[in-house]
Amino acid sequence: MAIALNHYLVLAAILFSISIAGIIINRKNLIVLLMSIELMLLAVNINFIAFSHYLNDLAGQVFVFFILTVAAAEAAIGLAILIVLFRNKQSINMADINEMKG
Amino acid sequence: MLESLIFYFFASLTVISAATVVTVRNPVHSALFLVLTFFSTAFIWMLLEAEFLAISLVLVYVGAVMVLFLFVVMMLDINIARIREGFIKFLPVGIALALVMFGLIYYVVSGDQFSLESMPAPVAKSAEYSNTKELGMVLYTEYVFAFEIAAVILLVAIIAAISLTLRRRPGTRYQNPSVQMKVQKQDRLRIIKMEAEK
Repeated sequence: MAIALNHYLVLAAILFSISIAGIIINRKNLIVLLMSIELMLLAVNINFIAFSHYLNDLAGQVFVFFILTVAAAEAAIGLAILIVLFRNKQSINMADINEMKG
Repeated sequence: MLESLIFYFFASLTVISAATVVTVRNPVHSALFLVLTFFSTAFIWMLLEAEFLAISLVLVYVGAVMVLFLFVVMMLDINIARIREGFIKFLPVGIALALVMFGLIYYVVSGDQFSLESMPAPVAKSAEYSNTKELGMVLYTEYVFAFEIAAVILLVAIIAAISLTLRRRPGTRYQNPSVQMKVQKQDRLRIIKMEAEK
């Protein structure tokens, strides 16, 4: 019995929903926010690879390759900003980051 | 049969560990569970015959990005009690929004257009087929400019991360090689004419 494309898409949907819930319930925690964004990108990547497999087209996998690159860059810069923030404020609580009154 | 067994095992492992990432108390534990999520997703990608990306997910994500995360989490002195405030307050909103989001995506995705009838599973590739080779063939011909832009993005990320975290402390003594190299004889040496002592 082969697995339908549905199953992979539903798995990606569950992962995406979990990471959205994670962004909302961890609003004070910058590190887990970054991790939730990584989970979101992972869900999107699962979709890309599933479609690439079922449509027999390698373009989807190439796209995932680039998403991985950009995600690595994003994580590196995000964590660098986090470190600078911690150095200046001695805290990474979102409630303390209110200089711009956003 | 074995295939679907593997799929359901690793899919449930992925979902459980992802749910643990966002709910667990300690950020170190959530980083470690994120590693588990990436590992089980790599197995799912293996099932989809994306071997190169599955391996690079483990190497790049687990090997580099997650180690960076763990490094930062352990380096910072985080007050967990303060960071957890609002967790209970936002929990119902988060779960409600996630359910709505999942419901909408499920409504679209579970339709007939993605079922086995309309999109049959492709025939498994033969043992000689190399996913890495095929990916490389497309990457270095059709997508070569995108590939170079990706390289530039990584370079920008390196420079940005280093220049953000680089800190010049005032008062520390360090060598400046270019000044040392450029020094002339008259900067260091002064010849004074004076009477010889008798």
